[in-house]
Amino acid sequence: MKKVIMGNHALSYGAMLARAQVISAYPITPQTQVVELLSEMCADGTLEAKFIKVESEHSAMASCIGASAAGARTFTATSSQGLALMHEMLHWASGGRHPIVMGDINRAMAPGWTIWSDQNDSLSQRDTGWMQFYCSSNQEVLDTTIQAFKVAEALYIPAMIVLDAFSLSHTYEVVDVPDQAMVDAFLPKFKPYARVTPDEPHAFNGLTSPENYMELRYLLQKDMEQAVPLIEETGREFERTFGRRLTLADEYHTDDAEIILVTSGTAGYTAHVAVDEMRAAGLKVGNLRMRLFRPFPFDLVRRVLPKAKKIAVVDRNISYGHHGIFAQEVKSALLGHAAVPVFGFIAGLGGRDITPATFREIVDHAAAHDAAEDNIVWIGVKK
Amino acid sequence: MPKKKVPHKVVFESVADVPKMPMSLGSMYHNKTGTWRNIRPEIRLEDCIQCGICWKFCPDMSIEVENEWPVVDYDFCKGCGICAEECPAKCIVMVEERK
Repeated sequence: MKKVIMGNHALSYGAMLARAQVISAYPITPQTQVVELLSEMCADGTLEAKFIKVESEHSAMASCIGASAAGARTFTATSSQGLALMHEMLHWASGGRHPIVMGDINRAMAPGWTIWSDQNDSLSQRDTGWMQFYCSSNQEVLDTTIQAFKVAEALYIPAMIVLDAFSLSHTYEVVDVPDQAMVDAFLPKFKPYARVTPDEPHAFNGLTSPENYMELRYLLQKDMEQAVPLIEETGREFERTFGRRLTLADEYHTDDAEIILVTSGTAGYTAHVAVDEMRAAGLKVGNLRMRLFRPFPFDLVRRVLPKAKKIAVVDRNISYGHHGIFAQEVKSALLGHAAVPVFGFIAGLGGRDITPATFREIVDHAAAHDAAEDNIVWIGVKK
Repeated sequence: MPKKKVPHKVVFESVADVPKMPMSLGSMYHNKTGTWRNIRPEIRLEDCIQCGICWKFCPDMSIEVENEWPVVDYDFCKGCGICAEECPAKCIVMVEERK
């Protein structure tokens, strides 16, 4: 059934259709309507789930871990400072192999206090062992939530669904909300790897000596590597069931492009518009919109990007003292595989708009320079 | 009274044997945390009312009930004093550990 819903509610419907059994959340800013709608669904019986209201985001993730350990399918959502407060628990979730799915609304980090969008909150959690999917439309948010449960539970790795504050979270779009029966057929019941039960007692996550620890981390990495082909496979399966393909990254006019933009989030769709405009003006520009950030889709990046003469990575984030984080990742993936210059642009921090004109400025800069002389080219900073 | 099973300390020979989750490694049993203790609980059984509250509250499961009487497992008790605080009969006293 088609509905006009906001991005936050696309997450709620995704969790509802996935039949999440425990939802735990802290309800105050920077929280969003994601869990508000889910709490209403739990209250009126639309969703047969336990809603746990906790006193902090740290506790929200802790209770998701507990519920997942007990064998429940669990979901939560947060944003910016709330995600930062969860940081310790994110490691417990992935290290304990609890396939929790979480929505993160990309909000910039304070101070100055802010609720507007950039990616520094989620990218600060890059090394916590969570999968990260960056979405560009409300439909993609809903679809990816369902897909994420399937992949997470197959590999016992938690997953984060990431969407831009306001430009997606609070923007209403038409979303095809699939039938429950179809989702049930696509997404099997959660089978925990092991669970807390008196029938088979175990001590979980206890002291792990140097004799055993490293193998646990090796296994997490090996399973993370398996996630890339599994996400491709489930993306194709999703298309067979629901008619919409879920890719690792969205390739747009990349085959014959001289300059390929690398984008993510809603800026990735704005880049489509910008590519159309620039193509109409005779510029051979393409766009690779990254959906999957962790695990990083190395093979895809190495297949698509070396075809261009120049790469322009647009980062709505920054690693202070280094440069844009997607730019780092793209350079690392291409090193030894392609000599194409990679330009790193930073734009749109703290919710400043990224418009088609932003991409025109980026492409003009890349076209005018033979090599990427600076690690960062700042776009939109006042003179 | 049957004694508790002594868990085997697990050291995996091969990565193929390692579970995805860190579970039941037997490590906590062999890590005798009782040596961290500065003060120790001593239970005056003559005043004990056998309520089981010390057993229930001990965060390290270091109080066992044997033949209906509480017994402290000093191999693991860290001396936190919660049992003494919670004991309604005030029969648990914390005394300086003899080093």
